[in-house]
Amino acid sequence: MTSFDVIIIGGGHNGLTAATLLGKSGRKVLLLEAAGNVGGALHGYEFHPGFRAGGLAHIVNRLDPDVAKLIGLQAELPEILPTVALSETGMPAVLRGAYGERTDGVTAAEAVRFSELREKLLFQAGILKRFLKRRPPEIGAVTAGDMAAFASAGWNMIRRGREEGRDFLRMLLMNVADVADEYLTDDRLKGLIAFDATLGIHLGPRSPTSLLGLHYRLTGEAGGAAGAQFMPRGGVSALAAAFEKAAVSAGVTIRTGTSVTRILADRGETKGIALASGEEISAPVVVSAIHPQMTFLTLVDAAELSTGFLRAVKNIRSKGNVARLDLALERVPEFSGVLPEDHRGRLVIARSIDHVENAFNPAKYGEFSEDPVMEITVPSLADPSLAPAGAATLSALVQFAPYQLGEGWEAGKPRFQKVVLDVLERHAPGIGKFVLGSSLMTPADIEACYHMSGGHWHHGELQTDQLLVNRPVNAACRYSTPLKGLYLASAGSHPGGGISGLPGFLAAQSILAGERR
Amino acid sequence: MTPGLAARLAGQKHIATPRRETPFHPRLKELSETNDWYTWAGCKAPHSIFDTELEYFCIRSQAALFDISPMMKYRITGPDAERYLNRLTLRDVRKLAVGRVQYTAWCDDHGHVLDDGTLFRLDADDFRLCCQERHLPWLLDSAIGFSVTVEEETEVIAGLALQGPTSFSILQAAGFAGVDALKPFQLARFPHEDAEVTISRTGFTGDLGYELFVPVGKALSLWDRLWTAGRLHGLKAIGYDALNRARIEAGFIVANADFVTAEGALRTDRGRMPDEIGLDWLVDTEKPFFNGRDAILRARERRTLKHILVGLEIEGNIPAEHAIVYHRGKREVGLVTAAIWSPLAKRNIAIASLERPFGERIADDLCVEIYAMRELQYRKLMKRAKIVPRPFVRLDRRTFTPPGRF
Repeated sequence: MTSFDVIIIGGGHNGLTAATLLGKSGRKVLLLEAAGNVGGALHGYEFHPGFRAGGLAHIVNRLDPDVAKLIGLQAELPEILPTVALSETGMPAVLRGAYGERTDGVTAAEAVRFSELREKLLFQAGILKRFLKRRPPEIGAVTAGDMAAFASAGWNMIRRGREEGRDFLRMLLMNVADVADEYLTDDRLKGLIAFDATLGIHLGPRSPTSLLGLHYRLTGEAGGAAGAQFMPRGGVSALAAAFEKAAVSAGVTIRTGTSVTRILADRGETKGIALASGEEISAPVVVSAIHPQMTFLTLVDAAELSTGFLRAVKNIRSKGNVARLDLALERVPEFSGVLPEDHRGRLVIARSIDHVENAFNPAKYGEFSEDPVMEITVPSLADPSLAPAGAATLSALVQFAPYQLGEGWEAGKPRFQKVVLDVLERHAPGIGKFVLGSSLMTPADIEACYHMSGGHWHHGELQTDQLLVNRPVNAACRYSTPLKGLYLASAGSHPGGGISGLPGFLAAQSILAGERR
Repeated sequence: MTPGLAARLAGQKHIATPRRETPFHPRLKELSETNDWYTWAGCKAPHSIFDTELEYFCIRSQAALFDISPMMKYRITGPDAERYLNRLTLRDVRKLAVGRVQYTAWCDDHGHVLDDGTLFRLDADDFRLCCQERHLPWLLDSAIGFSVTVEEETEVIAGLALQGPTSFSILQAAGFAGVDALKPFQLARFPHEDAEVTISRTGFTGDLGYELFVPVGKALSLWDRLWTAGRLHGLKAIGYDALNRARIEAGFIVANADFVTAEGALRTDRGRMPDEIGLDWLVDTEKPFFNGRDAILRARERRTLKHILVGLEIEGNIPAEHAIVYHRGKREVGLVTAAIWSPLAKRNIAIASLERPFGERIADDLCVEIYAMRELQYRKLMKRAKIVPRPFVRLDRRTFTPPGRF
């Protein structure tokens, strides 16, 4: 029996990132994945004969450069894709370059205003970003490094003048609607940033702190351009393959189709894991790259964890809000007023702040809106293998689809799908006639397919009370957990979800650095 | 009045009596000469019944009946009950045999004591946990991941403490056959009318004594049964003040009197680890994981324990309650949390919390500052204090089996 230094549970991109980094440093790493393939949310599925979805994530906007380097992604700049804010009545507004370096379809004055807002938000996101790529400080034992990070953030904040520092503190916990109203007049642009700020989060644009979601979005970068988004060559599935290849060449042993049923522990120390087959594998270090709640509520014996810790874990808010619709289309869809090449970007249906807010309101009460907001991509344009020649796939992430639908998803799902198709029809007239097949994944389906508690992409709400030193809970915010030898590395850990690889990267770094206790 | 409203009002009757009366209140009320009540966990409980001094001597020379119904009682049942309690509490519950009682304590994640209490193993999967403070939310949250049922039974089970040298004879006279076999910390069930009474050889006095638990419906008949049997054995009802004297002599601590419980503390530095309140002997480092384990072991290893609980013997005869403890007459090193002049030990005794290393490595030259009020004038007394082992009083009859008869 081979022995391993580290066992990683979960072959999502964070698990693969952690495995690769640890493997490269010479650790013997075993990665266990319950599904038949690694890749997690980057792994696709066939939803209609001959039609595949690339993955749960359908565009990449925050892959960390060091993670990209680690997995050997080509250094060449990926093509930055536009964001199109669709309009039901007129022409769309288009953000080109990295989050609208240039804007099309808006007045010259509005373009100036947007660029002012963009610059402000990117500056602020730049300050926040300093904290995303380091382990959260340990309260009560703040290190010189932490102090240096605070000082440099502070310096950068006031470097541009006190006014800028004041504005940062003023805006940090504001809602996105007020900020949009402050800067912009065009409803399409306001609706777009309201949508981007709240996508994947249980907040409406007028909910306090909702601007933070947009800040988080803008801490992402692609090819060195903050706020940019791109599609990897060959689609997101190609990215999954790159992660896997990197892990394999780092010497990581990967076992797919292997469910971990227990993390073995004795007197507060990790001993290894047990598989569904009954096999037990011992290792001094276990890294759980799956949802923190699944880790602690299903894999670890409650008798090995303390009450306060389990209580905190149980109270992590992790109810998903986003549904995923896949359509198999006879031909490439045409959205009104959108240039053919812009169909390769991201199309957003969010007419105004009110539209997003009204779409959110029913979600508070366990219902979905009759007029939801969504972002759309046409994945087959980047990866033609997803659909037969001439045909196309469409992917839509639809907000807000409550995890616990009052009427139950069994009854609600066909109705919701019709609602979404009606919205699509309004923006791409005739699209309904070309639909060959479809699949709607509600948060409940996402939970079942991707083993994410609550079907939440971020493995826990990305809101102020669940960030930094409180992500996923305070006692496990530094990747190590109260169970010695067990580390967390999923999106549920700092800094959060999205295809960044950072939770896995930072977890591995912190294992390599050795826990300062 | 609408029927709905009437039903709601009927369900809120407890509002009319904010201070609940215990199942034994009808008897206590009749006996009370001092009419001196206080509130214990929301219940009306006696400070004294007729005379604290005489009540104390009932505990030590005759027998005393004390109503412990307001004490919190939790019932923990289910296949995981033992594992659940082993994770919850400091001692190894696997070593607690059916029919035995364990004095124990439990901590939060930071190793701060939430409470101490007694754990009764009624059956393999059936436990009763008795304590001072309310813990239902903590106990329920502790059940995450365990197959157990946690129920509060404070208001459905009445409790009596029968303490003192003649207590055994009273139980015998009352017809509890087989009670002679009970060893300290052992329990057994006895028939009482058409119900059962659980009698354990436990108590809070350091004397020979028993605790009896019975469904509230049988409370008064149990009281009467004991009362009748105790007539010729000097049985008296007592209040808390007398019991408090006995418990200080026995060196027992009381939550939120001798230490602040973790959930009761408002200030971050008030939590206490077991080692800081004299409960280090409860911590079983060999048993499986338990709440607070890491924090306690780390504090021991790093020597970051800040306080220590000690017994003091103080010169003179004036109780030093809440006096400040000094080292070399100058440096403040702690506080007396409980003190009496002990009639049995004939010594002026106290329980005190000191700041380490005082009481640990530095144990000499201590004194306490007593302010004695003499007709509206304080007389400040600096009295020498010496650290002595607890209990201050050790009685052979507490453990002798079978107990002596009277």
